[in-house]
Amino acid sequence: MTDNQITQEVISQHGLTPQEYDRICEMLGRHPSLTELGIFSVMWSEHCSYKSSRVHLKRLPTKGEAVVQGPGENAGIVDIGGDWCVAFKIESHNHPSFIEPFQGAATGVGGILRDIFTMGARPVAAMNSLRFGPLENGSDAHRNRSIMNGVVRGIGSYGNSFGVPTIGGEVSFAPVYSLNPLVNAFALGVVKRDQIFLGKAEGIGNPVLYVGAKTGRDGIHGATMASAEFDEEAMEKRPTVQVGDPFYEKLLLESCLEAMRSGAVVGIQDMGAAGLTCSTCEMGGRAGNGIEIELSLVPQREPGMTSYEIMLSESQERMLLVAEKGREREVIDIFKKWELDAVVIGFVTDDGLLRVRQNGEIVAEIPNECLTDLAPVYNRPLKPRDLATAEIDVRSIIESCMIPPADALERLLTSPNIASKEWVYRQYDYQVRTNTIVEPGSDSAVIRLKETRKALSMTLDGNGRYCQLNPREGIKLVAAEAARNLVCSGAKPVAVTNCLNFASPERPEVMWDFSETIDGLAEACNAFGTPVTGGNVSFYNETDGKGIYPTPVIGMVGLSEGTNHIVTSGFKNAGDLVVLIGETKDDMGGSEFLSHICGKIAGKLPHLDLTREKAIHSACLEAINSGLINSAHDCSDGGLAVTIAESCFSSHGRPGIGVELEWQTDLSLLTELFSESPSRIVVSLAPENFSKLLEICGRHNVACAALGRTGGSTLQIMLNGQMVINETVSKLEHSWRSVFSNLLDRPEIEAAD
Amino acid sequence: MKFGVVVFPGSNCDHDAYHVISKVIGQPVDFIWHGNTGLGDCDAIILPGGFSYGDYLRCGAIASFSPVMQSVKEFASRGGFVLGICNGFQVLCESGLLPGMLLRNEELKFICDYVNIRVESTNTPFTSLCSQGHVLNVPIAHAEGNYFCDDATLDMLEAEDQIIFRYCNEVGDITRESNPNGSRANIAGICNRERNVLGLMPHPERASEELLGSADGRVVFKSLAATISELVKA
Repeated sequence: MTDNQITQEVISQHGLTPQEYDRICEMLGRHPSLTELGIFSVMWSEHCSYKSSRVHLKRLPTKGEAVVQGPGENAGIVDIGGDWCVAFKIESHNHPSFIEPFQGAATGVGGILRDIFTMGARPVAAMNSLRFGPLENGSDAHRNRSIMNGVVRGIGSYGNSFGVPTIGGEVSFAPVYSLNPLVNAFALGVVKRDQIFLGKAEGIGNPVLYVGAKTGRDGIHGATMASAEFDEEAMEKRPTVQVGDPFYEKLLLESCLEAMRSGAVVGIQDMGAAGLTCSTCEMGGRAGNGIEIELSLVPQREPGMTSYEIMLSESQERMLLVAEKGREREVIDIFKKWELDAVVIGFVTDDGLLRVRQNGEIVAEIPNECLTDLAPVYNRPLKPRDLATAEIDVRSIIESCMIPPADALERLLTSPNIASKEWVYRQYDYQVRTNTIVEPGSDSAVIRLKETRKALSMTLDGNGRYCQLNPREGIKLVAAEAARNLVCSGAKPVAVTNCLNFASPERPEVMWDFSETIDGLAEACNAFGTPVTGGNVSFYNETDGKGIYPTPVIGMVGLSEGTNHIVTSGFKNAGDLVVLIGETKDDMGGSEFLSHICGKIAGKLPHLDLTREKAIHSACLEAINSGLINSAHDCSDGGLAVTIAESCFSSHGRPGIGVELEWQTDLSLLTELFSESPSRIVVSLAPENFSKLLEICGRHNVACAALGRTGGSTLQIMLNGQMVINETVSKLEHSWRSVFSNLLDRPEIEAAD
Repeated sequence: MKFGVVVFPGSNCDHDAYHVISKVIGQPVDFIWHGNTGLGDCDAIILPGGFSYGDYLRCGAIASFSPVMQSVKEFASRGGFVLGICNGFQVLCESGLLPGMLLRNEELKFICDYVNIRVESTNTPFTSLCSQGHVLNVPIAHAEGNYFCDDATLDMLEAEDQIIFRYCNEVGDITRESNPNGSRANIAGICNRERNVLGLMPHPERASEELLGSADGRVVFKSLAATISELVKA
């Protein structure tokens, strides 16, 4: 089966180095066939093998009392008590979403949903973290708008039809994401502890079934595409983006869960990146077994597909399933009921090989471990990046801005990073399944679990600007914000999934950023007691040699034992006391104020004390669980003034509400209002509860100061006796709410591209 | 009394309707598979929201030809109660059980949001416990909810008191601004001439528990249950 078509050129087209090719020959004891070369190329791609990141990822904390399944499976799983578990994961679909925004984003959602129900869990929530280039000004603005429009429509189209609520996430903007958007999709599912399924091909002789959509010529080499940087020819790669069919996936979900409940399924894995190749060798590998398949049995969309094409196709909505021998019929009948293809294409062997036949003839025969555990691992060179911009003293920059505080507030509220994302989430069905307690727009989204009395909070957070200024401290601030977001809804942080978006790992400064990020994340996760249960690494996020900021995104999940004390960020009643838990310091470095108003990305990042942060969480949670708190809002992008304004704005069933606040400060007025010191939460409560809050904060050794009261229809802030902000809430809210419809609903956008 | 919730491939609010009937109003309920030709002993049938058969042709068009819909048509013609929510409303229009069509939303986007709807008639089994002009706060979630019909049909709907819900503002005024999708005459829901079949775009099942933000939609299911229990007694 050796053929002589494998030239140096063919090897490099497959993204393999000459050394890697030699290693393949050495492992096989012969030259590979073209099909085998294709199999190696996808399995050894950065996307599938994590070859550049593996040595670093080991440093993350992955164990904890609640962790049932850590990294290495299709999704991580944590126990939430009462026999119930949640499976969740985040994955990037950056490259496909740039090439074809709608389908790229849609199939990103499809892929992550399959990862969840592969574990036996029914997906009950989705979120996404999106980053785009600027939507106005600059030559790429038109293109960026079109990408954003396509991505949002793609996510909505897939999630809405599938029937999973898209309940939150984040959207942010910076020039580095121009022509290099980040689309990270998160999903979470619920599963009973004893009904978890793994991607293991156990039981010699058990039949291997192919389930779901037919295999076509789409998406061949998607994983390899996602493991290279882009240039002007990227558009030629459009055929490597798959086309999603959410209806088919919905049928696949229902039929797979039904098949799993039948007891006839031994193991199951979705066919995502690297399709049939990845699922067969990984399922065999995890069980220490082999799998033999016959390709002529694989349902195909068109005749004449080669073994190479069938093995590498990334057609969507397909699963590989190992059934108990003798119970194939039962499984097939369940899929038939849902009008899906389910065919036995092979069986589990004891030889540890991936053996692929086409019409009886062996076209590939590779030891599984060569594709998985023995895939190359690189400890790539690291070189500390010059962080000089972080040393710039930003005080003089701020002073030279000379902007009145009220104007600064209005400009920050209309910064696309801070403005209301309603334009986005209104296109997502965030209520289907009737579990959504806290809708998009608060600090974290909350769903109830009908099966229990509990509720789950979840949030996605990232901050490329911070991580650019200092990757280690940046990710710690991001993790702290994620945990604080959960706490603000009344949930205790439980576990983390991460999506690590970076530029080319072949550049030592990028690898250094990556390594620093891992260490910072490990430190924060250890401090918060939130192990990392899985995630995804996305390298090569660069176009024409320009890389993105290091952009790790964290998905954090938290648990509330009941639904009685779930809190949202908006003020509730006139006459409530507005209180700041935590302290404002001179932390303008890297702030939204500096970036959006002064046009500078510079300065020392806010100092984060993890012990103090943790104390704030404990104090806030105790106050919420004691029923003292009417609203809680994390203080982050844009600082205290933005936080307060957002709490004033209306939300479903509640009109906007004003505040009259007055306090003293030693900081400059702009710093006091817009500093991004971490470890701060703005809460509101009935005045009679304040003494109890003081007592709780005192016990946790946490600062707590009343700033004033809610009421009226204006946002008034007096500092050191001087009225610095006095604005009508409805006017501010209108500006904040209309940013994206102004930018994206213009008629010329519809006709774009 | 028994409710039936039809499950088409691609239905995704079937479990939500089932939950409200079984857990919130506490009545017996069964799922009914789209391939079935009988409806068992159900007193009321719910066609739930979702994307039946992927909605790849026109929303609800393929579902209207499914085996179960032939039974639903017979059931309706015998006076059985049929409630179509969102995609279910689209299926009812495609099946000819209700007049008119649902076009793409005016702004050509999917919209998920809370809206207010005014109860225009309490003379249906689905609104009997409402008061006339009562404003309900319920969510919508659709891309094709823009109700359209010709002038003659609209006149008939008005004359026969078949318009059951209209989009309105918080105080119940029917305004242009309160119409989320461009529906003709702000129509959110209509019934047939015999008043036993109702279709509406908003999701009352999503607004049936205070915990989820509104319980205003519960009255639709309670009205239906009350009507059936009256009939059973009689």
